[in-house]
Amino acid sequence: MTRRVAVVRFPGSNCDADALRAAQTVGADARYVWHRDTSLGGADVVILPGGFSYGDYLRSGAIARFSPIMAAVRRHAEAGGPVLGICNGFQILCEAHLLPGALMRNAGLTFVSRPVPVTVERTTTPFTSAYAPGTRLSLPVAHGEGRFAATEDVARMLEAEGRVVLRYVKGDPAAEPGNPNGSAHDIAGISNAEGNVVGIMPHPERVTNPLLGSDEGLGFFTSFMTAASPTPPMESASR
Amino acid sequence: MSFRVHVRVMPRTGLLDPQGQAVEHALSVLGFAGAGDVRIGRAIELELAAGSREEAESEARRMCERLLANPVTEDFQLDVEAR
Repeated sequence: MTRRVAVVRFPGSNCDADALRAAQTVGADARYVWHRDTSLGGADVVILPGGFSYGDYLRSGAIARFSPIMAAVRRHAEAGGPVLGICNGFQILCEAHLLPGALMRNAGLTFVSRPVPVTVERTTTPFTSAYAPGTRLSLPVAHGEGRFAATEDVARMLEAEGRVVLRYVKGDPAAEPGNPNGSAHDIAGISNAEGNVVGIMPHPERVTNPLLGSDEGLGFFTSFMTAASPTPPMESASR
Repeated sequence: MSFRVHVRVMPRTGLLDPQGQAVEHALSVLGFAGAGDVRIGRAIELELAAGSREEAESEARRMCERLLANPVTEDFQLDVEAR
């Protein structure tokens, strides 16, 4: 059975085409949804792509979270529908309080754009179920504000509840330094308690074709294609 | 009545402020040996029409809580000036 995927485009999104293509690669019926739309068009899965929505003015994601489409995204999330925020999408989910914490300026101040080694920790999400727990991946990151910050209480809760989805790990000794931005607990991605809302800084959509060097990120997309229970679209239920 | 609202948003104490650290380092390189604990925030000013100063302050506070500051990482201060 296919899945309908909505890739939300904000002014300044720039990974939307990659996300759409990745979803189509695994056989999904993937379409763009404009940020001023109020309906997800019956989508089963929502992807908030990377980029610089609204120029990252004020704070990354701070203005995008009030876009009209975000009310529909919130309803979809609260009904258990799968939502994946990648990079700027993760920042938007935090600003919208659909995920805890915040993404702050990288500790090293520089924009980091390179592949980083991560492990997949939580696999009971619609985006990581295709991976075995502990799977090690090399995924590209490209961000200036990716340092996950939360109170220590929140960070401990995320650990205790197994909500760390991706974690930066050290590569070969000395070759790769690990945590590229100073994130608390080396966190590269988290989920909500239920697991249906996931935010990650790395870009799996950029590594979904061996022709481009790797398809290690494809599992994020095959996962929602094979997940057991797609959530009924919300639009029919509300408004 | 019209008010000028001055909002000062600062990274919460205790959170790493890499911009502040970089500027502190630059100041020290320039020979300002006494400078320390540099922190960098944001200043926002806006005009606000409101019935009273109290109303203006309350409205500005709601702006900060909803948009202008991130309650997870930032603190804000308000100054409301009658025009």
